[in-house]
Amino acid sequence: MKRGLPGWAQRLRVTLWTLIIPPATWAAHFLFSYLWAAINCAKVGEFATFPTLFVAGTVVALLVILGSGWIAWVQTRLPGGSAPHEDSTDIDRLRFLAKSTLLLAGLSFFAVIFTALPVVFLGDCR
Amino acid sequence: MSLHAQDDPELRRAQAERLAAVWAPPQGLFLRWTDTNNNRVGVWYTLTAFAFMLFAGVLALIMRTQLAVPDNDLVSANSFNQLFTLHGSMMMFLFAVPMFEAVSILILPQLLGARDLPFPRLSAFGYWSFLLGGVFVGGSIFFNEAPDGGWFMYPPLTTRTDLSGLGADIWMLGLSFIEVSSVAAAVELIVGVLKCRPPGMRLNLMPLYAWYILVVAVMILFAFPPLIAGDILFEMERLLNWPFFDSTRGGDPLLWQHLFWIFGHPEVYIIFLPSIALFAMMIPTFARRHLLGYPWIVLAAVGTAFLSFGLWVHHMFTTGLPKISLAFFSAASEAVVIPTGVQIFVFIATLWAGRVTWSTPLLYATGSLAIFVIGGLTGVMVAVAPFDWQAHDTYFVVAHLHYVLIGGTLMPLFAGLYYYWPLITGKKLSDKLGRTAFWMLFLGANLTFFPMHFSGLEGMPRRVFTYPAELGIGGLNLASTLGAYLFAAGVAVICVDLALSPRRPKGIRNPWGAGTLEWLEDPNGDTNWGVRSIPLVSSRYPLWDQKDFVKKVDEGRFFLPDAEEGRRETIITTVLDARPLSVIRLGTPSFKPMMTAAALGGVFILTTFHLYFIALLCAFATLFMVLWWLWTGTAEIPEKECKPIGHGMKLPLYISGAASPGWWAMFITMMADATAFSGLVFGYYFFWTRHADFPPDDLAAAPGVFWPMVALAVALMSWASTVAARQLNAAGAVGAARALLAVGAAFSAYGIYAGLAGPWLSGMAPESHVYPAIVWTLAIWTAAHSGVAGIMQLYTLARSIAGRMTPKYDAEVRNITVYMHFFALTAIVTYATIGLFPEVS
Repeated sequence: MKRGLPGWAQRLRVTLWTLIIPPATWAAHFLFSYLWAAINCAKVGEFATFPTLFVAGTVVALLVILGSGWIAWVQTRLPGGSAPHEDSTDIDRLRFLAKSTLLLAGLSFFAVIFTALPVVFLGDCR
Repeated sequence: MSLHAQDDPELRRAQAERLAAVWAPPQGLFLRWTDTNNNRVGVWYTLTAFAFMLFAGVLALIMRTQLAVPDNDLVSANSFNQLFTLHGSMMMFLFAVPMFEAVSILILPQLLGARDLPFPRLSAFGYWSFLLGGVFVGGSIFFNEAPDGGWFMYPPLTTRTDLSGLGADIWMLGLSFIEVSSVAAAVELIVGVLKCRPPGMRLNLMPLYAWYILVVAVMILFAFPPLIAGDILFEMERLLNWPFFDSTRGGDPLLWQHLFWIFGHPEVYIIFLPSIALFAMMIPTFARRHLLGYPWIVLAAVGTAFLSFGLWVHHMFTTGLPKISLAFFSAASEAVVIPTGVQIFVFIATLWAGRVTWSTPLLYATGSLAIFVIGGLTGVMVAVAPFDWQAHDTYFVVAHLHYVLIGGTLMPLFAGLYYYWPLITGKKLSDKLGRTAFWMLFLGANLTFFPMHFSGLEGMPRRVFTYPAELGIGGLNLASTLGAYLFAAGVAVICVDLALSPRRPKGIRNPWGAGTLEWLEDPNGDTNWGVRSIPLVSSRYPLWDQKDFVKKVDEGRFFLPDAEEGRRETIITTVLDARPLSVIRLGTPSFKPMMTAAALGGVFILTTFHLYFIALLCAFATLFMVLWWLWTGTAEIPEKECKPIGHGMKLPLYISGAASPGWWAMFITMMADATAFSGLVFGYYFFWTRHADFPPDDLAAAPGVFWPMVALAVALMSWASTVAARQLNAAGAVGAARALLAVGAAFSAYGIYAGLAGPWLSGMAPESHVYPAIVWTLAIWTAAHSGVAGIMQLYTLARSIAGRMTPKYDAEVRNITVYMHFFALTAIVTYATIGLFPEVS
């Protein structure tokens, strides 16, 4: 463990609910993107101007995913136990959930960028 | 009971006898079908789903025979429509999904070292619903009344009664009935995985099969309800002429496509992941090592589950949605490749790092991965919208989806069949026949479906009953037909192998030398009890890693080795760390699940034939059966508070609230309910985005603000009364709690009137336009939930008065409070939508 990492991030209670924060953030961002495009195209007819709201939503989603990934990374580096960390202990269970969360954060991060790319390349509602 | 006591063989024999007596299956011509034990119900379930697969396969053979040569006239166009619709619908709804549920019910308790899943009677109910609904839907083809609109039943072809007959109703109502059994299975499996693990099996030690099943069961909760919402709208249009999908009256056929594919795409992963889960069990066994990258598999399963909900529009690329929307779904469709690829690489890496035994199941597993990857690659192609515009509704798509489903579902299930047959029957299948069948299937599948890529690109559309010779695709189609016969012959060889099994001698225990708990099963013993004693687990592969593990289990040296009180029992543990919480008493054989399924089936089947009065009687019978079942079989106050489970531990025999399986079952059911509801709400706002005149000017004043707000206040009062009743009951103020339950029930009853008063008093005619129709639908949904709330409040009141619920034993009031939370949320969304949204839109 590096020195200076904040204690609260290590002590945070990890559950199945925290495991799904990164992909749930992707889902929320995806729904947001879909609704944003559908309502813009149906009610405004275009979004040719700079999509401020969309960019803001994407940045927020990426920050949430990065944050949860960072907390998970801190938690995977807790001391205790020995490799391969497959025992029925508190620390191994925590390490497993943290590592899975970290991996999901990686996947979700790229998936959010995937979803955001069309707005970069397509400028209208055709 | 100390360890020492178990040294006495006499005691062990007496314990085993008591266990055997408690878990003995019912005998007799009728009574044997009342069994609820997972090993019996799971076998029925599996065999039934297998039979439906064979039936649907024969339908496909008839189609392939018709298409063997150009301008063939073996079957008429009408019959052909019925054949492909029923083939697709049965393979999806009656084989792939139920087969996963069946296999899970069969092996999950063994995998978790549990005696049974927490709600065995619910499993039995699910099975009987499935059987009844499946025979109803599948049998329709013998009366020339099978559905004929394609397995996704697009309106307006299927909603206009002049274009489609009874078949559409049979599809919609018969399969809705089966969706009930899928949701029931999801509840059972989620609670099973989360609450019935053996002590010590923390989340990081769970067999990967259990991880996949948990993920898939959660997916069912979010995927099936939108289809149920769609079914409701669809049948309202067909039976009552409410114009949800009729564009001349403000409706929109695209809404059905959205609701269907929000179900339909996750469905593909719902049937793919459990099959891959079988690999996750097999590959470590045959590689002789722990699976590499356990957290990566969890990433893959959870990641796929989420992403799969962002893919549905890739079935609708040609419907004219804005390109930007298409691009979002195209991006998500490409992203899902990442987790799918991860798990394949994990399997390859494990095999690479291990000492591989080339068994028959592993042959199937690797062969199906090869087929699946080809399907996956064409999937990457059709996920690109411009390519899809060319390939849409051609045989290219037929080739793609069959590669995915045969490689990702069917062949893995055959691998599982060869792997788990010794677990279920104690006998191995023939390696010779199995390998012969494998090569026939492998070559047959490729010969059938590979040419379809080309016939599709040459321009052969899906779902045509014949094609002209001038198109030049006769050779390709003949090849496909020959392949189909080869494939069918392979399946026949497997059936022969299965049929020869009863003649073969019993084999040894754990014949593959696997390391996971399900292989504790001893084929030579009377083991209806599941597991002799519930083990303490400290490894992912306890049979390999824990010293004298099997011996200790067999000698009852772990937990709950006895059935002193003559009851079926299993241990409930905590979600994260599997710490023992309680012993629960499981449901015993009963005819109630079967009768309830029959009554509910009556509602759906009789409605199909417009016999509304008898259907209504069946609905009352269903309600009566459910209440009787609950009253006599659930939340029983135990004769003593605690019981010893061995090793000096004592566990309570009753738990309520968030730790108990019943609470979780209610929570999970309500998640599904809330998802169905959001499907209906989606409909309302979908119409708003699609049409400039929604709500139309002449109807904008209806249903008004007043009545929806009254209904909302009434619903919240009913909710508050129940919450207060729960608190007062726990504090010992039983009289006040009863009074509040009665008050709550009164509010709930009035809530039905108040909820419907808005659209009723403002004279909204649902046949005239989609706006009143969707407002009525939301109001009826919420009012019906108000009625159910009232029934629950009265039921809880009756339990309290009958002395079956006390301040200490209070599961009922805690469980219905979960319902009330969801009901309050439903009421807020409904009444804000129908009452306030027209004011601001």
